[in-house]
Formats: sequence, structure tokens, C-alpha cells
Amino acid sequence: MSLWFWVIVACVAGFLTKLLGYLVPRKWLANPRVARIAGTLTIGLLASLTMANTVATGQDLVVDARLGALVVAAIALWLRAPFLVVVIVGAAAAAGLRLLGAP
Amino acid sequence: MSFPLRQSPGARVGLSIAVATGLYGISFGALSVSSGLDLWQTMALSLLLFSGGSQFAFIGVIAGGGSPVAAASAAALLGIRNAVYGMQLNALLHPRGWRRFAAAHVTIDESLATSTGQSDPVEQHRGFWVAGVGIFVLWNLCTLVGALAGDALGDPKQWGLDGAAVAAFLALLWPRLRSREAGATAVVCALATVLAVPVVPPGIPILIAAVVAGMIGWFGHRAGPGGAAGDASTDPAGLEPDLDPYPDAATSAGKDPS
Repeated sequence: MSLWFWVIVACVAGFLTKLLGYLVPRKWLANPRVARIAGTLTIGLLASLTMANTVATGQDLVVDARLGALVVAAIALWLRAPFLVVVIVGAAAAAGLRLLGAP
Repeated sequence: MSFPLRQSPGARVGLSIAVATGLYGISFGALSVSSGLDLWQTMALSLLLFSGGSQFAFIGVIAGGGSPVAAASAAALLGIRNAVYGMQLNALLHPRGWRRFAAAHVTIDESLATSTGQSDPVEQHRGFWVAGVGIFVLWNLCTLVGALAGDALGDPKQWGLDGAAVAAFLALLWPRLRSREAGATAVVCALATVLAVPVVPPGIPILIAAVVAGMIGWFGHRAGPGGAAGDASTDPAGLEPDLDPYPDAATSAGKDPS
């Protein structure tokens, strides 16, 4: 129930944020600092989510098959593979490493 | 100069980006149900939140054991860039009445990039609406397919779905790392996350990284001389789509990873 509540909160907040850009006077958001923060926030959050999903298990730092998935995904991106291919090779790397006995 | 709809370059680019982006809704659907959301919660995110980065952020925090509050916060913070996109699109397209609300809902990286990549106003409109509505339809259909498939898979670890989540986040981040400043921001925030994981509850390290990123943006250097807001070519780092509608046209410095 609580999960549903926060799903809806995220949806409402997401839509209102989008709408804000259409409704507020242009000069409020035309400030270069606002655009710069929106940019660094995007990069910082995605970098953090990448890291947390790679090495965190609860509050422990763990090295396991997910690190292999990160490396293989980076190689795929460097070779300009499309998004879906990157995700699939990431899964294959983690599954393959576990078959080989990695945690 | 005006193209008939069948030859419209804006609509054509919009359609191809819609297919490419829509398809990776499959990975969102599968990862969402394996993170612990049910089918309807997964569909609610794709139908109502409809912003890939924010949706992946929400399920990424939940999958890591974070609280739903932290998940919603991460999703909301990652959506802030959409307000900047909305401002740019409002200046470009001037939607009125109900169209303004529809335009807001399909304001995402790809619809902005498709629209601002066209120079003719008619094509800017077509590119925005075809990409935005096309992605909305395909993204939701593919989310449903992915969620049903994810439900049928069983143990997500056996299939490497935790590795798939890592790959998805890196793929969302990758195209935004076109400048040294962007790379430095990513490294600092990744480091802050690793340092925070052992000392705060799950989910919170991501919000700490957001604070760090916000401070870098607040105190950081100016993007460049004469960086007029609203002009896509002078956008600061981070405001690039995760899938580039015009990959051949983009020759800006640092674009080529090799």
C-alpha cells in the first residue's frame, strides 16, 4: 500500500515538473544556473545509481558478478552498441559469471 | 517550404527514435517486476511518470532495498531536467489549451532532441509529437511485454537481471559524458555513493550524491561564453538524450568515444 502511495507521488511530481516548464515565466528557468544544476543532477544521480546497483547489497559493499556486468556494458557502449543490446550483454555477463561460480 | 507528412523529416526521425526507445521499455518492465513492483505499479510508472531515467531510478532504489520515499525522491530529482526541456519546448512550439498538458506529459529527452534537431517550425512540431506520442505508445506496450516476461522468468539473479540493471544505468549515463566536467561530476558522485553505502540506509547514498551534484552545478564554472538558454547547441553537460535522434549529425567535441 505504501509502495503504491509513493509510486503515485513520483508520477504526480514527475508530471508537475514537466508542466512547470510550460507554465512559469520563461525567465525563471532561463537562468543558466538552473539549467546547469538540472544537468549535473542528471549525471550525478545516474552515476550514483550505476554505482549503488553494482557494489551495494544493503549496507555492504560487495564485489560480485555485477561488476563484470558493468565492465562488459562499458565495452559494449564504447563499441556503440544500442541500449537494448547493452542491457542484454550486461545480463548475460552476470548470468555467465554466476554459472562459472562467481557470487 | 513544407513537406507532405509522408516525406516529413521530423516525422521520420521521430518514428525511428520512437521504435528504438520504445523497445527498451521491455528491459524496464522486466527489471521493474524483478525489483519487487507488481505489474500494475510497473504500468503506472510507464503510463503516468513516463520518463525513462526517473522510472529506472525508482526501481533501482527499490531493488537495492531502499525505501519507497527515497525511490520517489530520486525519481523526482532526476525529472528536474524535464522542466528545462518544457521551457525550451514551450518557446519553440507554443502549445495552447489541452495540448499544453499533453505536450508536458510527452516532454522527455528524445522528443526534445527530435524537435530541436529540426530547423523548420512545421518539422519541429511534427518531430516532437511523433517522437513523444510514438514513444509513449510503444514504451507502454513494451513495458507490459517485459513485465509479463519478467514475471515468468523466476529467480532474477539466475538470469543476470541485476547485471542488466547495472548496464541500463550505465547506458543512460554514457551519452551524457561528453565533456570533462560531466565525467568529473560522475566520478565524484559515484565516489560519494561508495563512501555513503556502509554508513546510511539503502537509497540514501543516491540522495547524498544528488546533493553533491547539485552543489557542483551551483558552484561550478559557467558552461561557456554566451551560453544562451533555449538554444540546444549550448546546453550544459547532462542535458543530452539517452538515445540521439541525429547520431550522424553530432560531431561535437568528445562525442566519439574512441
